[in-house]
Amino acid sequence: MTPAIVAMSVIFSIVFVGSLVGFRAGKGRQMNLEEWSIAGRSFGLLFMWLLMAGEIYTTFAFLGASGWAYSRGGPALYIMAYITLGYVVSFYILPYIWELGHRHGLQTQSDFFEKRYRSRFLGLFVSLIGVLFVIPYLQIQLTGLGIIVQIASFDQIPRSLSMLIAVTIVAFFVYSGGMRAVAWVSVLKDLLMILAALSIGIYVPVHYFGGISPLFHTLAATHPTHLVMPGATKTMGHAWFISTVILSACGFYMWPHTFGAAFTAKSGHILRRNAIVTPLYTISLVFILIAGFAALLIVPGLTNGDMSLLMLARKTFPAWFLGVIGGAGALTAMVPAAIILLTASTLFAKNVYRPLFAPRMSEDGVARLAKIMVLILALTSFGLALHSSTTLVALLLLGYAGVTQFFPGVVLGLFWPRVTSTGIIAGLVLGLATASTLMLTHRDPFHGFNAGFLALILNFSTACLMSLVTPAQTNPLPLEEHESSTAVT
Amino acid sequence: MRRPSLPAVLVGLIPFLGMCFSVPWWDRVSPLILGLPFNLFWLVLWIVFSSICMAIANRIEERHKKKGSTAP
Repeated sequence: MTPAIVAMSVIFSIVFVGSLVGFRAGKGRQMNLEEWSIAGRSFGLLFMWLLMAGEIYTTFAFLGASGWAYSRGGPALYIMAYITLGYVVSFYILPYIWELGHRHGLQTQSDFFEKRYRSRFLGLFVSLIGVLFVIPYLQIQLTGLGIIVQIASFDQIPRSLSMLIAVTIVAFFVYSGGMRAVAWVSVLKDLLMILAALSIGIYVPVHYFGGISPLFHTLAATHPTHLVMPGATKTMGHAWFISTVILSACGFYMWPHTFGAAFTAKSGHILRRNAIVTPLYTISLVFILIAGFAALLIVPGLTNGDMSLLMLARKTFPAWFLGVIGGAGALTAMVPAAIILLTASTLFAKNVYRPLFAPRMSEDGVARLAKIMVLILALTSFGLALHSSTTLVALLLLGYAGVTQFFPGVVLGLFWPRVTSTGIIAGLVLGLATASTLMLTHRDPFHGFNAGFLALILNFSTACLMSLVTPAQTNPLPLEEHESSTAVT
Repeated sequence: MRRPSLPAVLVGLIPFLGMCFSVPWWDRVSPLILGLPFNLFWLVLWIVFSSICMAIANRIEERHKKKGSTAP
């Protein structure tokens, strides 16, 4: 057997076992919309942790983080900082969103905006923007899968074919299993990912350099500026780091799927405890970064940094273990892709299609439409992934700049009774326009700052100012029961 | 449900000071600690500190909640 066949069979067995676990989890439960999309609000601490880790540790963390350590160096550290701080921010937001969701039956991000601001337009706008910006995120996962299969098959299976296989498996898996299935597969995915991260991040430096310390001594001698910011880039200095970390930490739970995860919890308390435990998981990223740094010395000269971790694994390990690492990578792409597909399609069916075209559609009708949307969205992002050549991190930064513009609407909506829908809409539109103009004209970073961060500041201040000059509105979703909905001054 | 109390919010700002705003002071390679460049080691350390800060904030919030429920 050739190494390609060995590695590919291991990958396929892992994906097969993963899908089987998922299919079994969904069996025997009545699949209404609430069960399918948010697992009937039943997740306790363990499942919640699995789901959150499942959606955060994506192929981006796996291939993208090592890719940036390889190609850019120091700036890659932003990833460890923003994920940790994203959990810190979640502590102050998610329990309140859960509470309101529980009290008023909210299921999606757009439900929150629509009910809080009593604006169907805002609900519709938020879901459209959410679905739009989640597509690059989905594309990241598919591109990652393509890279994995291409490298593990020793360039024998073309990237496009592998992405097609992957997208089919993910779509059917979501279609039949729902959110509970996804959380179950996360178990396997996390175990494998930690195994892969530890084995690459520890074995590689020991094998080639005699330890982690000699690796960094060598690197500091041969590439003296690579390990600090701005590393191999010209523009990613400390101002970029601070602005990007703040932007991404605020945006961490503004994705439709991460925001929606809050609704799957059994109680708000679970979400608080989750914010205490989950940051520790970020430590596993250190090993991924080490692998990226080591790859710079061992497999130099790759044009696409995202390939560095797997090229390093291919050079170092026997074919079967390359298969294990590839399988871990494949699941880290499939689990988040499944969560995103599930959320985005529910969002589209429930918050875009129903209000616009079929106001009398039943919950079951919405569930059926959402399942069709799974297939349509999967094919769209497959089409985009085929034709795009951007790196994984660049795609992620684009999405973050977009979805973080929801942050003022969420935070002010929760904690500032004086905020008005006009203020939020004005800020959101201005923020989105600024972020997309700067990014599409390639002026990001702008004067050393993350363009999305500047857009966020503009958005926030506009929202506050406009709210103060427009007439006060009642708050239909007050946090405290006694804070009566008319006592707004 | 009450909004987050001021002490709990202040505790949440500590990780931002440690991992984000202070970057010019810790972004360097030497000294290597546990084999890691200083900046990487610093972030690992602060991941642990952040988790501790969240535990403290959780404690504050729980106490705050209890006090609130016994008040008339």
